[in-house]
Amino acid sequence: MANKNVSVWTSIPFWRRSAAWVTGFATILLIWLTFDTLGQISMGTDADLKNGVTKRVPGPTVINYKIGYEMSAKRGHEVPTIGEKQPFFGKEWSEQEAADLLHLGKLTSQAKNCMDCHTLLGNGAYYAPDLTKAWIDPAWQKGGPMQGMTGKNTVEEAMAEFLQHPSQYPTHARMMPNLGITAKEAKGLVAFLKHMSSIDTNGFPRNFSKTVDQFKTGGTNAH
Amino acid sequence: MLTSIKTNEFRGDKSKELGMMYFRVAIILFGAQLLMGLIAAIQFIVPGFLFEVFDFSVARMVHINALVVWMLYAMIGSVYFMLPDETGVETVGIGLGKLAFWVLTAAVTVVVLVFIFVQVGSGTETSIWLINEGREYLEAPRWADIGIVVVVLIFYWNTFATYMKGQRTGIMTVMVANLMALAGLYLAGMFFTDNISMDQFWWWWVIHLWVEATWEVFVGTLAAYALIKIIGAKREIVEMWLWIEVLMLFGSGILGLGHHYFWIGTPEYWWEIGALFSSLEPVPLIAMFVHVLYDWGKEQGIAKAEGHKGAVANNTPALSWIVTNAFGNFLGAGIWGFFHTLPQVNIYTHGTQFTAAHGHLSFFGAYATILIGMFYMGIQYAYGIERLKSTFKSKMAIFLLTFGVLGMGVALTIAGYEQVLVERAELGAGWNAFFVAQDLPWYVQAQLWRTIMGVVTFVGFIYLVWDLLTIGKQAKAAQEA
Repeated sequence: MANKNVSVWTSIPFWRRSAAWVTGFATILLIWLTFDTLGQISMGTDADLKNGVTKRVPGPTVINYKIGYEMSAKRGHEVPTIGEKQPFFGKEWSEQEAADLLHLGKLTSQAKNCMDCHTLLGNGAYYAPDLTKAWIDPAWQKGGPMQGMTGKNTVEEAMAEFLQHPSQYPTHARMMPNLGITAKEAKGLVAFLKHMSSIDTNGFPRNFSKTVDQFKTGGTNAH
Repeated sequence: MLTSIKTNEFRGDKSKELGMMYFRVAIILFGAQLLMGLIAAIQFIVPGFLFEVFDFSVARMVHINALVVWMLYAMIGSVYFMLPDETGVETVGIGLGKLAFWVLTAAVTVVVLVFIFVQVGSGTETSIWLINEGREYLEAPRWADIGIVVVVLIFYWNTFATYMKGQRTGIMTVMVANLMALAGLYLAGMFFTDNISMDQFWWWWVIHLWVEATWEVFVGTLAAYALIKIIGAKREIVEMWLWIEVLMLFGSGILGLGHHYFWIGTPEYWWEIGALFSSLEPVPLIAMFVHVLYDWGKEQGIAKAEGHKGAVANNTPALSWIVTNAFGNFLGAGIWGFFHTLPQVNIYTHGTQFTAAHGHLSFFGAYATILIGMFYMGIQYAYGIERLKSTFKSKMAIFLLTFGVLGMGVALTIAGYEQVLVERAELGAGWNAFFVAQDLPWYVQAQLWRTIMGVVTFVGFIYLVWDLLTIGKQAKAAQEA
């Protein structure tokens, strides 16, 4: 116990109490913010999508819609947009089917350890491209090199084909290895990627693939 | 490994002996971590290296898991090592502690073998339970998670019961409270969700609140203990500083968690909260650096005034590592962390080699260094050395390891800088943007230098092991002569 006559600044009990109060206060604030955030990032429902309710993380049936990523003047950065209906693997998925497919995709993404080469929402390893907005990457769209290489006509089919036979479609000396992904798992993974692209990431990545036209002509201004 | 440290060399302290068992495994895993890192580094410059045999994802997974596990081993070992000194009593459950050690070591061996030979599973719950959870740093399958919790509970009970039985120093009070938070946080990473935003939200509770809060407090506590042991620092000063450090580390680190919530789907208010509190995170690291140097200088000055010659430290290799820790923590975690902690910067740096640069410098600077210091304290105790002096090998080890990691950090920073400019700012982060940036000379050269510096680090590690194997015996022979 510090001598009562000594300054408070050299008193161990004072610092101990202060440490406890600051830690406690920070913890309580974090828990309070966590409750607020959990409410905001809980997954939306099919009804939300039908009624045009914007959720930061939309429900699994978002795979039935066209997804964009556009500059919002109000927010000052790009935000995902959910457009008109769009078939996914040639059909519209019911709420249950879409949920099951997303579940399979998320499980596969973990079982195949995607995150130790790629980044998801910017987190993971830095050996392969970020997948946050892979679904809307121009490389996978019509006329893009990835879709062209697989000989498929839709983004989902091109991605599924690539995922099942990645080393057949090299885009770089550094290739994706064959991870034994089945046709079913590949569909799930593509659903997972499409769902992820609809998440409101506060504008990350910024100016996503703004040089689309340059990609299509095979050029970039980086050289 | 370290077989030269025979158990009969111990001076009868079972808790310290148990601590040494953890240290030995930690060193082996440290070596495994470096080997895996070398494989992954080579794959950056020779993409066909072990392709579809031992892919980057596997090397990287074992690299980061060996890192976390060797550090946890060394941390548990350090606690068993300091318990009898701090509490003044013998650790209560040595037998149980040994059992937990063997269970943990067997589990870690199985997990590593499955990672290396099975690698990936099918998209089912079974894979998550038995093979690989697939969440960076928390790849250990669920069965191992549960095993880890059980083992950690045994360890925690041992620590807590010994604390309650013996004298309750400020250092042990912080240790016991902090360990409870550290162990409890692991539970936040043990569930599956289809919602990737929710997944990463809780994932960061484990990762961030470990390495930027509870692990940092652990290091502060360990440094406090080591300063008293090595240079005879005054307990009142050390403990007062420790409480100030706890105040600053938790005051900044807990809400600093917000800097991981900028882009994962979480609301915008985390920009302000994360930026403010994580910007404060370097402050306690400066304080810790100043504190270590202050105490060292003060005790050295007192010794000199009293007419003693030579170093005040009774263990110069350990003190060297602790001083390196004080500076490395500030540089790697503080400076390199602050570089990219503001959202305005982080939107471009997030997910580039910038993060890898910070990761290498901070894990080494903040954690590896002080834990290596503890290994030397273990050697000193095991052989009953009164004054352990650095050998040529000790100096080569600390120089090459530090220089190697610093070199890797600088190289990766350059690679990250190039990615920020080209891949992110100019081309906007798509698939093609990524590969364009990977091929530019700045990036390729940086990866080459990273690999060279990785080899330097590995040579340093060999010196470290060689030194740890020989320094005790030599010092003992010299002491007896």
